[in-house]
Amino acid sequence: MKFIALAVAFFAVLITAGYVFASGEPPAAGPTAANSAMPWWAWPLILFIVTFFMGIVAVLGGVGGGVLFVPIIGGFFPFHIDFVRGAGLLVALAGALAAGPGLLKKGMADLRLAIPVAVIASSCAIVGAMIGLALPAKTVNIALGGTILGIVGIMLLAKKSEYPDVPKADNLSTVLRITGVYHEVSTGQDINWKIHRTPQGLATFIVIGIMAGMFGLGAGWANVPVLNLMMGAPLKVSVATSKFLLSITDTSAAWIYVNNGAVLPMMVVPSIIGIMLGSIVGVRILAKTKPAAVRYIVIAMLLFAGSRAMLKGLAIWN
Amino acid sequence: MDKKVMATEEQLAYAKLLDSGMKTGLLILIVTFAVYMSAVLTPHVPLEELPNYWKMPVHKYLAAADIHPGWAWLGMVGKGDFLNFIGIAFLAGVTIPCYIRIIPILFAKKDTTYGVLAIIEVLVLALAASGILKAGGH
Repeated sequence: MKFIALAVAFFAVLITAGYVFASGEPPAAGPTAANSAMPWWAWPLILFIVTFFMGIVAVLGGVGGGVLFVPIIGGFFPFHIDFVRGAGLLVALAGALAAGPGLLKKGMADLRLAIPVAVIASSCAIVGAMIGLALPAKTVNIALGGTILGIVGIMLLAKKSEYPDVPKADNLSTVLRITGVYHEVSTGQDINWKIHRTPQGLATFIVIGIMAGMFGLGAGWANVPVLNLMMGAPLKVSVATSKFLLSITDTSAAWIYVNNGAVLPMMVVPSIIGIMLGSIVGVRILAKTKPAAVRYIVIAMLLFAGSRAMLKGLAIWN
Repeated sequence: MDKKVMATEEQLAYAKLLDSGMKTGLLILIVTFAVYMSAVLTPHVPLEELPNYWKMPVHKYLAAADIHPGWAWLGMVGKGDFLNFIGIAFLAGVTIPCYIRIIPILFAKKDTTYGVLAIIEVLVLALAASGILKAGGH
């Protein structure tokens, strides 16, 4: 924990120091942003602090960082939604890349389940990213707001099934040999699993991929219900495979944003470092607490941020 | 035993490469950002002018800051801000070698379907990374 505190302090100092090095003058006399009383370095610093707490809340609330990042940063920071989505994808990507190796090594994330899904989702994420960058900001905000409010609905209504009942594997999953065994530490059991409704599940990932690329949200909120409830993968396998999937889906979409110039390092790096450090702290807090209430705080935050995005798009609340 | 209790060979190979690639990418990202903040290398867009640009739509930002999209940043890595794109591109690209790593393993196991799917994924990601695909401005 001391390391985290030091890292947070170091990074905050780094951003503040950037101002001093850049201007050669004390901060009090420094240049300010056009139409803003804030010095330029204040926003990246606030971004770092906010994403740090976002990382904690995301872990406790059981959601990915990307789904919080885009509506909240897009709604309450001065950054254009193009750059927010680019940064959101890279934040979600970095989190997925960090989690991926451990989940794969433990056999929680399943490469055999992920590969066919990833081909579809990553191809469609490219299309989504291109559509998203071509749309006007107000259209993106309205659609983003609607999507976030839809996610709130999914979080409130969708049930989860620890071990879904899959009476018979479907033909496609049988041909692809998508089946496995994972070790459930809490019970000491080896859980055999198989999936069904594979064609329907794969078709759903067309929509998920497009939305992931279009809004830069990550897609865990959609991946998990489809893998778990529709296709019948056990909950832990679904969550782990979803997290790993993001490392592939968000890669393809992120490249579109990078190659079209919608990535600002001053936004991306503080966000990635902030949310990763926050996630580490969040995992430690999670081990000591039962954060049932946090999930409702996350839902309330998303409800507020989603409404804000929609009202911003409709020019009701600018 | 015909089912996998442990992670498969290709899954472990993928995980190992992803682990080292992710750590290297994050390290590059932090180091290059420290260089950016220390102003050792002059940025293309002065730091104090950033607020004028980050509120613009991307196509206006590119025109106003005289930045060419795609891989043009490679010619500008001597600038503090564009130096950061080394780490960003590394993280965005690390999945491609992971897939390339497992292709021979899959074919050696005569898992042709997954070998082909892995090749398709490499092509999809390479297409995304190529810079060929341009989004229209708005």
